[in-house]
Amino acid sequence: MSTAALPARGRAALGPAWAWLALVAAGFLLWTVLDARLARDLLDWLPYLASGFAMNILISVLAMSAGTLAGVTLGAMELSASRLVRAPAVAYVQVFRNAPHLVLIFATTYIFPFEIVVAGNYLPFPDWLKAVFGLAIPASAYVAEIVRGAIQSVPTTQWDAAKGVGMSRGQTLRWIILPQCLRRALPPWMNLYASITMSTALASLVGVHELLHAATDASTAVRRDDFTIAVYLTVLAAFFLFCFPISRLTRRLERRFAPR
Amino acid sequence: MAQDSTARPILVELQDVHLSFGAAEVLKGIDLTVAKGDAVSIIGPSGSGKSTILRCINGLAQPQAGRITVAGTRVDTLRNEAERIALRKRIGIVFQQYNLFPHLTVLENITIAPTRILKVPRAEAEALARDLLARVRLADKVAAYPGELSGGQQQRVAIARALTMRPELVLFDEVTSALDPEMVGEVLAVIRELVRDGLTSILVTHEMRFAEEISDTIAFTENGRIVAQAPPAELFYRSGNPRIRQFIGGFQGYRDAVQDREGI
Repeated sequence: MSTAALPARGRAALGPAWAWLALVAAGFLLWTVLDARLARDLLDWLPYLASGFAMNILISVLAMSAGTLAGVTLGAMELSASRLVRAPAVAYVQVFRNAPHLVLIFATTYIFPFEIVVAGNYLPFPDWLKAVFGLAIPASAYVAEIVRGAIQSVPTTQWDAAKGVGMSRGQTLRWIILPQCLRRALPPWMNLYASITMSTALASLVGVHELLHAATDASTAVRRDDFTIAVYLTVLAAFFLFCFPISRLTRRLERRFAPR
Repeated sequence: MAQDSTARPILVELQDVHLSFGAAEVLKGIDLTVAKGDAVSIIGPSGSGKSTILRCINGLAQPQAGRITVAGTRVDTLRNEAERIALRKRIGIVFQQYNLFPHLTVLENITIAPTRILKVPRAEAEALARDLLARVRLADKVAAYPGELSGGQQQRVAIARALTMRPELVLFDEVTSALDPEMVGEVLAVIRELVRDGLTSILVTHEMRFAEEISDTIAFTENGRIVAQAPPAELFYRSGNPRIRQFIGGFQGYRDAVQDREGI
């Protein structure tokens, strides 16, 4: 009813937020310009921090890829006509959607061995990879719900039409239903990606060398209050600069895909 | 025409078909015969089970009792999905709400089934699709998406899609009921041509004048039963059944026509 008014309201709410952000960023920049020592130290540590953030991005991408693959399967299983297929998927989704990410990261870290024996070869199983599993599990549960909702939002008449031209259930799902789900599922999927990316910081607690861990290293090494503040502000800025565009794009897509 | 029908082989036969959804008894013993090349219209009040009859014929709904034969296949005894799919490849269906695939272009809507299911070469499937689109007078809309078309145009694409598997039988389920009045004509014109070309078809419709014009026989349903099946002239003007006369008379234009003929 007020679809035309929505973007305007969104922009109005965004105005002050933008102003505050610009103010904080400008203040931060001014601080580093005025304090040359701080700027130099920060610049020295920046490559180290960047290598940490690369780990966050790696974990988030791998966790989300694995979570999406598993989640699409689980989501389809949740809608199966057979209870034998449906029940385990529903149970998995309910359990892991309601488990704190940190608990799952701790669990995978301490349950999985540190190395795996494959045909006599010892393959290391590093902590960062365990963190990927720790986050892929909740991601798959969330993706399953997104996929289930998207499939159910496609009218049943589409199933009739597909059956009418001789498609099987699986073919209908693959060629007709899932492609239509894509546009409906994309905005919540991207939201989930941003949220999983932010959760990668939790991996610092099990000793994974990622951005937050790197920031703590830096702050311990330099041991100066102004530097510590500047480093954690940099951490915040890095996550913000990565996640905010995703959430903006999501809102744009949501508006574009809104049912007409 | 009735004599013609009996001479031709029977393509579809329903005998004493019963179907319930839970406690609701929708079909209470349907008997219907369609000869090859015939157009049979099913008319009757809403909720009398007309659409369900069509869904039983192509296996979208499974009756609890009765025999359904389509071109020698006993539809009612098909027990698995694979057998029903094989049946549906031979029967086209057009729905009231068109139900085109919104994420595919007009051309893809028509070619997806032959290319992916029958493995017809793409060029061949597209040539057939363009042929069919020309027949439904939409040759210029190949690249359009369903959302860009009017209701009447979408329904004509749906008709082309139903013909793409070269079906032996096409079911039309109230295909003009969702259309604006000015679009009904263009869709009916397409169906009229197909019927004239000898397509075997079963139409559920509320377009009385159209049903009278194109049908070889008309079946009148009420309360889950087929009350009568007869050539249009007989059913519309010489029926002894007061319920049929009342139903037909309820439609504009027919009251006068019926009275005129009664006067003679």
